[in-house]
Amino acid sequence: MIEIKSLRKVFGSGPAAITAVDGVSFSVRPGEVLGFLGPNGAGKSTTMKMVTGFLAPTSGTAVVCGHDILGDALAAKRCIGYLPEGAPAYADMTPEGFLGFIADARGLRGEERRSKIGGAVDRLELGDVMRQPIETLSKGFKRRVGLAQAILHDPAVLVMDEPTDGLDPNQKQQVRSLIRAMARPAQSPPKAIVLSTHILEEVDAVCTRAIIIARGRIVSDGTPEEFHARSRRHNAVVLRVRAEGVDVKGELSRLPGVAAVEAIGGERGKPGGFMLVPRDGKPIFHEVARHCQARSWEVDELRSELGRLDEVFRELTRAGGVS
Amino acid sequence: MKGTLAVLKRELAGYFATPLAYVFIVIFLVLAGAFTFQIGQLFATGQASLSPFFSFHPWLYLFLIPALSMRLWAEERKSGTLELLMTLPITTAGAVAGKFLAAWLFAGIALGLTFPAWVTVNYLGNPDNGAIVAAYAGSFLMAGSFLAIGSLVSSLTRSQVIAFVVSAVVGFGFLLAGFDPVLDVFRAWAPRTILESVASFSFLTRFESISRGVVELRDVLFFVSLIAACLVATGIAIDTRRA
Repeated sequence: MIEIKSLRKVFGSGPAAITAVDGVSFSVRPGEVLGFLGPNGAGKSTTMKMVTGFLAPTSGTAVVCGHDILGDALAAKRCIGYLPEGAPAYADMTPEGFLGFIADARGLRGEERRSKIGGAVDRLELGDVMRQPIETLSKGFKRRVGLAQAILHDPAVLVMDEPTDGLDPNQKQQVRSLIRAMARPAQSPPKAIVLSTHILEEVDAVCTRAIIIARGRIVSDGTPEEFHARSRRHNAVVLRVRAEGVDVKGELSRLPGVAAVEAIGGERGKPGGFMLVPRDGKPIFHEVARHCQARSWEVDELRSELGRLDEVFRELTRAGGVS
Repeated sequence: MKGTLAVLKRELAGYFATPLAYVFIVIFLVLAGAFTFQIGQLFATGQASLSPFFSFHPWLYLFLIPALSMRLWAEERKSGTLELLMTLPITTAGAVAGKFLAAWLFAGIALGLTFPAWVTVNYLGNPDNGAIVAAYAGSFLMAGSFLAIGSLVSSLTRSQVIAFVVSAVVGFGFLLAGFDPVLDVFRAWAPRTILESVASFSFLTRFESISRGVVELRDVLFFVSLIAACLVATGIAIDTRRA
């Protein structure tokens, strides 16, 4: 559906040249929601701008729905829905006029035009604000107008640059469930979706796959589960117990599945506890639970950690940054 | 083509969605009237002719057209909608043409609304209506030339103020190209052929005969090719300066 072949973008020339994207290749299949992660300035937006045909790559190309973005830009653009960063829209237009323009520009006519606009408006619940100038709308509504514009023609490929950035938690939730629904819509075939973000929870919330990019290069490509597994804390157990006069730390570190025990401070009235890091990421929850039971410790808290995405993210992007 | 039409429609609707259209038209008509009757002394000349009316058009366009053209591309750059526009299935040429045609059409509407002046001279006497139609056509072409220059300048900046000022200055240069203030700049160093070609770019010289109703093919060709050249350059500027 989307095939990106060694895209490179260099801004400027000579000694002042900046390589924003440096040989990025990947492909996205229908039904996949690809999260494009990376620190600010890593080249996420630049890559998306090249895929959607806004920026010409310095070298490499992207093929969207079988159309090369350099060879047949119009055909490629026809099957892409794109939400640029910040959801730009003509501020003095109303959503009605704006979506009408997008439909015209995409060559929709008559009944089809009406039903496609109606569909997008329903989906994003824009009915009440259709006649208000876009500049007077709240941030959440503006974003929804931008999304409506992107999905209007029911594109096979949807590219979104930071779709939830700057929204409040409720609006974020709303946009995420919308994205999930769009990946596998009821009537039309599944879409290939690419979204960029620097919010890690988003990856867990909507993505089926995540690519981490740092300094213009891909440093990691895998499912969110695989990312969690790369965390040192994957399957780690947090334990807070009351056991007077016992060397809890020492006992725990002698358990066969435990690689290390770290003390963690108490918080909000809870006693201090330990984090038990497993050997080779294998689950140790039951082993620890059994031990506590056998020793009749009073357990305040016992939980398994999924793994910290931000930890993995920091590690990967920092490693990629050493040059 | 569909894209051009969609852009044209949006732009034109955009003018009327804000007070811009009404302010522009009212000021254009008031100034055109004031110049014609107060300074041009239409009545005092005692002739049933609109040449006092037309002779002020270059000066009106000089600062009113940049006000119209400054937003064409600078606003799109500033607000980020350029990215939206250029990722729709519309060619750059289609977008440039759509925007230009909308602005030109709008200028045409303003120009068309000066028809009471034409009605007046017909009521008072027997003017050469053929000459008046020709002069209107010539004036419309000149408006298009100012607009095309403005479109090019606007495509090079994100600031509408810069677009306005630079367009007005460039327009002023074209207006006076046949006269001493501009020619003196070249006289010191340029050979005679360059001097003559600079002089031939003068809007005022060309419009002088047009305002009397004499439209020559070479003047029409001059304005049309100037418009075409500026629009092609606008397209190149939009394509090469995206980031």
